[in-house]
Amino acid sequence: MTESRGIIQDLKKDWQNYALMTPFLLLFFLFTLLPIVIAIVLSFTYFNIFTMPNFVGWNNYIRMIFDDDIFIIAIRNTFIFVLITGPISYILCFVFAWLINDLRAKLRAVLTMVFYAPVLSGSVAYTIWTYIFSSDSYGILNGWLTKTGIINEPIGWLSDTRYILGVVIFVQLWLSLGTGFLAFIAGLQGVDISLYEAGLIDGIRSRFQEVWYITLPAMRSQLLFGAVMQIVTSFSVADVSIRLAGFPSTQYAAETMVTHIMDYGTVRFEMGYACALACFLFALMYVTNKITSAAIGRIGR
Amino acid sequence: MASKRYARSLGSNIFVAIILLLSGALLVLPLVYSVSNSLKPFDEIFIYPPRLYVVNPTLDNFTDLIAMCSNTWVPFLKYLFNSLSTSASTTFLMVIISSMCAYPLAKNEFRGRKLIFELIVTSLLFVPAVTFLPQYFIFSGLGMIDTYWVIILPVLGTTLGVFLMKQFMEQIPTALLEAARIDGYSEFQILFKIIMPNVKPAWMTLIIFTFQQAWNNTTVQQFVFKEGLRTLPTLMTQIIMGNTMARAGVSAASTVFMMVPPILLFIVSQSAVVQTMAYAGIKE
Repeated sequence: MTESRGIIQDLKKDWQNYALMTPFLLLFFLFTLLPIVIAIVLSFTYFNIFTMPNFVGWNNYIRMIFDDDIFIIAIRNTFIFVLITGPISYILCFVFAWLINDLRAKLRAVLTMVFYAPVLSGSVAYTIWTYIFSSDSYGILNGWLTKTGIINEPIGWLSDTRYILGVVIFVQLWLSLGTGFLAFIAGLQGVDISLYEAGLIDGIRSRFQEVWYITLPAMRSQLLFGAVMQIVTSFSVADVSIRLAGFPSTQYAAETMVTHIMDYGTVRFEMGYACALACFLFALMYVTNKITSAAIGRIGR
Repeated sequence: MASKRYARSLGSNIFVAIILLLSGALLVLPLVYSVSNSLKPFDEIFIYPPRLYVVNPTLDNFTDLIAMCSNTWVPFLKYLFNSLSTSASTTFLMVIISSMCAYPLAKNEFRGRKLIFELIVTSLLFVPAVTFLPQYFIFSGLGMIDTYWVIILPVLGTTLGVFLMKQFMEQIPTALLEAARIDGYSEFQILFKIIMPNVKPAWMTLIIFTFQQAWNNTTVQQFVFKEGLRTLPTLMTQIIMGNTMARAGVSAASTVFMMVPPILLFIVSQSAVVQTMAYAGIKE
């Protein structure tokens, strides 16, 4: 362990570490951190982009909590995504990665690509899902349901407020399988084989025991990574909603925090308010992140 | 795997196979549909209910696409070159710079380590929807607008890469690094000769992510005004948007074309992701 001898000596001693980190930190500061700080400052202003921002103190936040009905809808929807699609997607990603990991190399490679396909498809995916869930009688789902006699009239999957959210949740789940899945596969590949052999000697007799006692603890770091990414994705759901349900969706049924932010920032030109919303979202994510990290730290113990 | 693990029952294997098959089918649906659409002759594209298979496959859509691309104001090859060069350099730089930063954060002790890592992870939590505007002012102030720099540099400042690499690097046994230091390795050498080979799955994954994002990146195009600097996705979007009914086949072909490089990269990298045996022999 190193003892601290004063800042300058420490910096000199560890210079290699700092040197390694410098390129990234410089770019990070300029292009990621600084914009965030500016955005936080802007949240205390009224800024319509065309004129200079003027300081309004806590007004934006007060308005957000007490005077914005759509905000409530947006929060509710965002929480639905975070609490439902988040964990489900995370678990599914892991389960599929785990199942596929054990196959022979070629089969595994093919299946990995299959499971990464949603991400590879890019924007085509939206087009196709819109087509499937289309609200007129030519939508594929409607067409099939009508043909088999289950319904008589086409259902407005993407326009009827009762169904919109469900459809968006489903497509979001479908989309979210790609990235976390890759990270988990990579992580599973890195687990030391001798741990499994030791486990066999120690009496492991089923897949599930193996996963809980050996695989998961060994992957704790990657699980944390997957969790953080999942949290960020779930809180940031916006594109899916816009492409499927419209911007805005019928009666804002599918409005999420980020679509709300985009609404105020790019449509209504109230950047200050949008930044306040973003800060609030950030606070929510931060708390969720802390809770989840603590939970993951407990896996297998 | 020939390792000594418990034997799995046949029933369990069949169950797994069925699940994988069903989910897999659902997942590749759009991809397959897209590819089959691009091969359909004009009279087959609008058949209802739509078919996944093609009765008379044809390459006409692709030849039409090439013809359309050759008529653009800026030569098609220039777009292709822009896309390839920016995506490739972004990916390459991203992996190097992120790994360089991730290594000290993962394994070494130094002043400010916790704070820096906290900052990095926390910044992931701020949505880009509002930061694009401050970013614009920063780009402008630095004179980056309308150059290749604005396409490449900002991405390198994002934190996903560092976070991913750091989590993977954490698991390398410190004993290995200590031994290297005793042998006189500098931190740079440790990073490139010891750590990177051992986290190959991690940077392979990072390469796939980064390339995919860079290749399909359209938001950065807002900051570029000279047509000669624009990348493929803009051209492709124009083609897709400008041709709905009459050229539906060409739209499908262009979508498929855009998907090809990431898929190729993916296939190549998957063959390199193999179980690492590096830790055998370390007695902790």
